Amino acid sequence: MAVKVIIPTPLRQYTGSKDSVEVEAKTVAEALSSLTAQFGDLRRHLYNDEGKLRSFVNIYLNDEDIRYLQKDQTPLVSDDVLSIVPSIAGGQPCVNQEVCCQ
Amino acid sequence: MATLTESPAAKLSNDEVLRYSRHLIMPEVGMEGQLKLKQAKVLCIGAGGLGSPLALYLAAAGVGKLGIVDFDIVDFTNLQRQIIHDTNDVGRPKLTSARETIADINPNVEVIGFETRLTSENALDIFKDFDIVADGTDNFPTRYLVNDACVLLGKPNVYGSIFRFEGQASIFYAKEGPCYRCLYPEPPPPGLVPSCAEGGVLGVLPGIVGCIQAVETIKMILGRGKSLVGRLLLFDALNMKFRELKLRKNPECPACGAHPTITKLIDYEQFCGIRGEEHVVTTKVPEITAPEVKKMMDEKKPFVLVDVREPHEFQICRIPGSVLIPLGEVPKRMHELNTADEIVVHCRSGMRSAQAVDFLMKSGFRKIHNLKGGVLAWADQVDPTMPKY
Repeated sequence: MAVKVIIPTPLRQYTGSKDSVEVEAKTVAEALSSLTAQFGDLRRHLYNDEGKLRSFVNIYLNDEDIRYLQKDQTPLVSDDVLSIVPSIAGGQPCVNQEVCCQ
Repeated sequence: MATLTESPAAKLSNDEVLRYSRHLIMPEVGMEGQLKLKQAKVLCIGAGGLGSPLALYLAAAGVGKLGIVDFDIVDFTNLQRQIIHDTNDVGRPKLTSARETIADINPNVEVIGFETRLTSENALDIFKDFDIVADGTDNFPTRYLVNDACVLLGKPNVYGSIFRFEGQASIFYAKEGPCYRCLYPEPPPPGLVPSCAEGGVLGVLPGIVGCIQAVETIKMILGRGKSLVGRLLLFDALNMKFRELKLRKNPECPACGAHPTITKLIDYEQFCGIRGEEHVVTTKVPEITAPEVKKMMDEKKPFVLVDVREPHEFQICRIPGSVLIPLGEVPKRMHELNTADEIVVHCRSGMRSAQAVDFLMKSGFRKIHNLKGGVLAWADQVDPTMPKY
């Protein structure tokens, strides 16, 4: 099943600047696993040390949050669009301006 | 007669009728809507990138009371996007500058200024007299603080956020839908957010997102249309695409769920991990000042000067003789450095280079120093012709 994963701007530095990536997958978990297999640096930004999806990253299947579907076991059909939606901080993107932006 | 009992605030002067005529002649606003705008009290958090267009349009539209919370001073780097301030305002408080611009646009608007940092101690007190809070902040601690204060007080939070070419907007309103914590229960740890090296923002972007916040605020005051409550609007300026995602109220939300654990405001800097490792790193690595490095150059002492900024920053300015190894590449390129050499590491301000020095010291480098204050200090103390950014 070919599905598209939309990569948000802050994570494009780990996907060779690609704003979307096509993967073959039957579930959300397979899609993300295929994505992080292609782009290894992405893994630690999506998952914590226990291998769980980080709480400041949400995954949407089309317009629905996978937390309210079957989470990462949500099945996919062809042409589905997955979006990675991280929290972004606003005017200045670093969480700690005093430390890194002054 | 009913009209005799109306309060003065519930009337428009002839000047106001003329000023708002393009609102008054549209049925969705009309006299009733314009009076609602006049009686509305909106609080803008921040008079920066998002807050500029937001406050300007709300003022122009005739919102009666406009609160602004900002303690910052206008600087030159703000002017690329913060259009409520102009070149002559550099060095002045943003609040003063915003107040003057608003008075020029619409003297009927009462600006209520709070020249203070928004904190857990003052937020509830500042918010309590306003109907709607519009969040134009640029950092996670304030974002969570604004959210929690709005949930506790039952006020809508008109949200906007930006990054480079990408924006998000929504209304978080726990009474009618989800709050920010339903979407993101926790902020990212500081180490995992893109650093300022990867930051930046297209100046127009906060203009667009701030205007979306202004529209949503006005719709909410008028009680018209379909609001962004329960919807997250994503805007990608580079591909010129708007997308919309469904937001659901999380029954287990710590702020607005069935059994909330956040029943008062907390320490948001601690919550966001800001008093973390990075502060420690910058204070414990050995430092060297810009004039000392210049002296080493003049005395032709052998040393390697490493610049850990990003390539596009290297193009803006550089210290002569420096070698570029962006922070993210330091681990895999440290073999290019020799532990026997004297090494000075620098970045823009000294923070990223402190992390690099810390990492390299843990990897066995001993003759290594962090250039205190980075290229900014170099520009101030050694080479005034170097541009600052």
